[in-house]
Amino acid sequence: MTTGTPIAPALPALGVRRVAAGAGAVAALGVAAALSLALGARGIAPGVVLDALLHPVAGDADHIVVRELRVPRTLIGIAAGAAFGVAGALIQGITRNPIADPGLLGLNAGAALAVVVAISAFGITSPGGQVWFAVAGTAVAAAFVAAVATGGRSGATPARVALAGAAVAAAATSLTTLLLLGDLETLDRFRFWQVGSPAGRDLEALVVLLPALLAGFAAAAAAGRMLNVVALGDDLARSLGTRLGPARATCAGAVVLLCGAGTALAGPIAFVGLVTPHLAGRLTGPDQRWVLGCSAVLGAALLVGADVAGRLLAPPGEIEAGLVVAAIGAPVMIAVVRRRIAGRR
Amino acid sequence: MTVAALGRLHAGRRRRHATALAGLVLALLAVAAVGLATGGYAIPVTDVIATLAGGGEGRQHFVVMEIRLPRLVLGALAGAALGMAGGIFQTLLGNPLASPDVIGVTAGASVAAVTALLVLGLTGAAIPLTAFAGGVLVAALVYVLAWRGGVAGERFVLVGVAVAFLANAVLGFLLTRSDVREAHTALVWLVGSVSGAGWDDIGVLAAALVALTPAAFVASRSLAPIQLGDDAAEALGVRTQPARLRLLGVGVALTAAGTAAAGPVAFVAFLSGPIARRLTGTAGAALAASALVGALVVTLADLVALRLLPGGMQVPVGVVTGAAGAPYLLWLLATEGRRRSPA
Repeated sequence: MTTGTPIAPALPALGVRRVAAGAGAVAALGVAAALSLALGARGIAPGVVLDALLHPVAGDADHIVVRELRVPRTLIGIAAGAAFGVAGALIQGITRNPIADPGLLGLNAGAALAVVVAISAFGITSPGGQVWFAVAGTAVAAAFVAAVATGGRSGATPARVALAGAAVAAAATSLTTLLLLGDLETLDRFRFWQVGSPAGRDLEALVVLLPALLAGFAAAAAAGRMLNVVALGDDLARSLGTRLGPARATCAGAVVLLCGAGTALAGPIAFVGLVTPHLAGRLTGPDQRWVLGCSAVLGAALLVGADVAGRLLAPPGEIEAGLVVAAIGAPVMIAVVRRRIAGRR
Repeated sequence: MTVAALGRLHAGRRRRHATALAGLVLALLAVAAVGLATGGYAIPVTDVIATLAGGGEGRQHFVVMEIRLPRLVLGALAGAALGMAGGIFQTLLGNPLASPDVIGVTAGASVAAVTALLVLGLTGAAIPLTAFAGGVLVAALVYVLAWRGGVAGERFVLVGVAVAFLANAVLGFLLTRSDVREAHTALVWLVGSVSGAGWDDIGVLAAALVALTPAAFVASRSLAPIQLGDDAAEALGVRTQPARLRLLGVGVALTAAGTAAAGPVAFVAFLSGPIARRLTGTAGAALAASALVGALVVTLADLVALRLLPGGMQVPVGVVTGAAGAPYLLWLLATEGRRRSPA
C-alpha cells in the first residue's frame, strides 16, 4: 500500500491546503443545503426560502413546505451524513483498511435488524425508542465482524474484513426477512426505511438522537490524535507509548454511537463512510484529525447532495438518497480497490 | 516418515472420505424417507417405496409423485448446485467466507428475477431463465471490473462485494416502487423457496447439472496446484489464469442454476464447503461431499420449515437456512482460526 504524496516537501504548503480544503468542504455543504431547501417537486425561489426562514407567514404554502418538510430533511441529512462520514473515517483509521464502511461491514444491517425487532416485536415506532435498539444492533454486529475478521491467523486483511461484514450483513438480513415475511404492515414500513433517506422523518427524531450523536463526535475528536499514531503501525504505536486497547475502545464506542444514531435517523445507508474519508484524505493530507473533521463536513454534503439529486432525477417522483449514494459509492469503491490492490493474481 | 507410513496415511484418508460420502448419502435417504412419508397425510414407508416403484393407489400417488417428491428433488438438486459452487469459490479464493452469496453472483440473479417479477410482470419458467442470465451477467461484470492484467483473488472478492451492494440498492429501488403484495411475492422469492416445485423446473435444473457437474470435476483438478500458490502451480504445468477462469465460470453457472431454480437460499453455498471439508478431512474443494452436504442442508431445512416449526407454521426454506447462518458464523469463528487459515 502506498500513499502518493511525499509528506516532507509538502509541509509548508500543508497548512494552506488544509484550510482551503476545509473551506471548500464547508462551501460544498452550504451549496448542497441551500439547494436542498430550494429544489424539489415545488421549486421555491431563494428569496422566498430566506423569507420562510426569517419572517415566516402562517398559511403561506411555500413557507410551510420549507419549514415543515425541507428544513427537517436537510438537517437530518446533515446529521446522518456527518455521522456516517466520521464513522467510516474512524473504522478506516483504526483498522488501517481502506475498504471499510459501516454499511459494508454489516453494522447498518445489524441496526436494521434491531429496528425491525423493535417495530414488530415491541411495537416501537418512535425514533427515540428505536435508537437504542439501533445502537445495540450496531454494537452486536460490530463485535461479530471484529471477532470473525480477526479469527484467522493471517489477521484482518481487507478482503477478510469485507467478507466477514458481508456475511454478518447476510445473516442479519436473513433474520430481518424472516420477521418481515409474516407481517405485511411492518414490511410496508420497513422497505421504505431500508433504502435509506433523510426525507419524511420527524425533526423530533434529531432532537432525541442529538446526545448520542454529540457523544459519538466527541469520542471521535478524542480519538483523532491516537489514530495518527496508530497509522504508523501497531508496533511503532506501542513503542511510542500509545495504549492500543483504549484507542480501539474509544473508536469502537464512537463508531457504534454514530452508526446507530445515523441509521436510526436516515436508515441503513452504505458507502457514505467509504467514500468521504478517501476524498478527505486526498484533500487534507494524512493528519487523521483533519481527515475526521473534513469527513464530517463532506459526509453531510454528500448525503444532502445525493438527496437533492434524487429529487431532480425522476420528477415528479423521487429516488431515495440511499440509492443515489450507492450508485455513486459502488464505482468509487471499485476504483479504490483497483488502485490499492495490485497484482495479477 | 517412511513410505509405508505415508501409504497407510493415504489409505486412511481415502477410507475417511469414502465413509463420509456414504454417511451423507444415508442421511439424505433418511431425510427423503421422512419427507415423503410424513406430513398432513401420513403414508407408510413401504407404500412410499411401492409408489416410487410405480404402484400405489391414486391419492398416495398424487401426494408422493406430484407434491412431495418434486419438492424434495428440486431442493436436493439446487442444494447440490449451490454446495459445489460454494466449495469451488471458497477453495479458489482461499477464504471460507468467499461464498457466491456475498460476491455478487446471487445478488445479480436476484435483481434479474425481481425485475422480471415486478417490472416485466413475467411468471413461470421465465423467472428462472432471467435469474440465470442475471447471475452470469453480473459475475462477468465483476470479472471485467476486477481485471488488471489478471484477476487477483482479493480484488475479485472486493469488487464483488461492491457490486453486490449496488445490486441490493437496485433491489431496494424495485421493492419500494411496487405494490406491497407484489413486494411480498418478490420477498418470498428472495428468501428462497422450493414450494410449488414442478417436474418441468426439475428437468431444466437437472439438465444444467448434467452438463455442469462433469465440467466442475474436471476444472477442479487444477484447484490443488493453485492452492499451493501460483508459482508452484505454473511449475507443475498448470496455466493458472485460464484455470481460474474455468473454475469461476463453472462456479458461477452452478450458482446461477441453483438460484434460478430455488431462489437465493441463504448460506447453503456458504455452509456446504466447510462442512464437507471437515467431514472428509481434506483441504481441497471436496466437490462430491460439498454437493451432498448442499443437498442435505436444503432438504433438511425444508423439512424443518414444513413440519417442525412451533404451531404448525410453514415458512420458505431460506428462512431456516438463513437463521442457521448466524450460529454457523460463530462456529466458523471458533474453529477456523485454529486451523490453516488462508487470506
